Amino acid sequence: MNKMIRFLPLVLVIALGVVLYRGLSLNPQDMPSALVGNAMPDFSLSILNDPNKTVTKADLAGDIVLLNVWATWCPTCKYEHPYLLELATDPQLKSQVTLYGVNYKDERLAAQQWLTNYKDPYQFSIFDDEGTLGLDLGVFGAPETFVIDHHGIIRKRFAGAIDIRVWRKEFEPLIKQLINEKQQGT
Amino acid sequence: MLHKILFIMMMSFASLVASNSVYASPVETFEFQDEVTKVRFQALSKELRCPKCQNQNLADSNSPIAADLRRELYELLQQGKADSEVVDFMVARYGEFVLYRPRVSSVTYILWFGPALLILIGVIVVIIILRKKPATKENLALDRDQQEKLKQLLQENQLNPNRENPNITKEEKE
Repeated sequence: MNKMIRFLPLVLVIALGVVLYRGLSLNPQDMPSALVGNAMPDFSLSILNDPNKTVTKADLAGDIVLLNVWATWCPTCKYEHPYLLELATDPQLKSQVTLYGVNYKDERLAAQQWLTNYKDPYQFSIFDDEGTLGLDLGVFGAPETFVIDHHGIIRKRFAGAIDIRVWRKEFEPLIKQLINEKQQGT
Repeated sequence: MLHKILFIMMMSFASLVASNSVYASPVETFEFQDEVTKVRFQALSKELRCPKCQNQNLADSNSPIAADLRRELYELLQQGKADSEVVDFMVARYGEFVLYRPRVSSVTYILWFGPALLILIGVIVVIIILRKKPATKENLALDRDQQEKLKQLLQENQLNPNRENPNITKEEKE
């Protein structure tokens, strides 16, 4: 017993090393959203393509809603844009998931031009130039993507670009789960 | 002379401006209705963390989101919200994360009580170590072999009192 205790510091150092090593690969930006499990906040904003048309929470129709926060000033949004187009045109996914945009702290003309140039994957984009909806969603950058279930509850927040790898890992399991929940009527 | 007067005038003007409740953060200027609100604004913007640049508080950071949150903070204070309401507002959107001084909850117990626990463990370990090795006579007493060796060394020393004997230290160490 007394001899074993000599190895205690070694064991402790190894344990500390393991913990710290793990810490190296954690993403500090990846923080749980305070809003997961809460209802989508209320808003009343115009849509990007028509300053006179106001939309609210009720207009986000669809069983599963993907709400993508984007802006023309955000280079990562440009990177993820082609994949969003792919998602929006996927025949199977289209029936399950509806994609909406939040044009976050942007200029209307520039954003409209962007969607003309790179095509528009969104049903519509909410024009949030003041960032008020962004604030209520706890957005601190772009791109960010929220998954909202059929009860209007935010189920996930993802900060960063979506590509095929991220989609498979982060979104697909949740989408499947939400479809299941819907079918079971919960 | 003229320069001097100009300088004094500028200084007095500057102090006049400073005495008004104006607060300049990295990028913008806020005007407060009273001194108390200004102090509360300064305190809260130091307590609240910028969600984007995680090692800076709102007062420090010049990222766009920090500017937004400072504006929001200012507006909440101007609306007459209490400090706790402001903090709740921020936490509801950005999580406990935005507080540099997290609230005591089941998630933050380890943060609040961890250090005290570690000190307690340290004290216990020290007590155990101190108790385990009491300087009893048996521990200090030399056994027969050691006595023999000691005698021998002492005799050697008496024969040769000036000679440095490296053996002594070496033997003793072992």
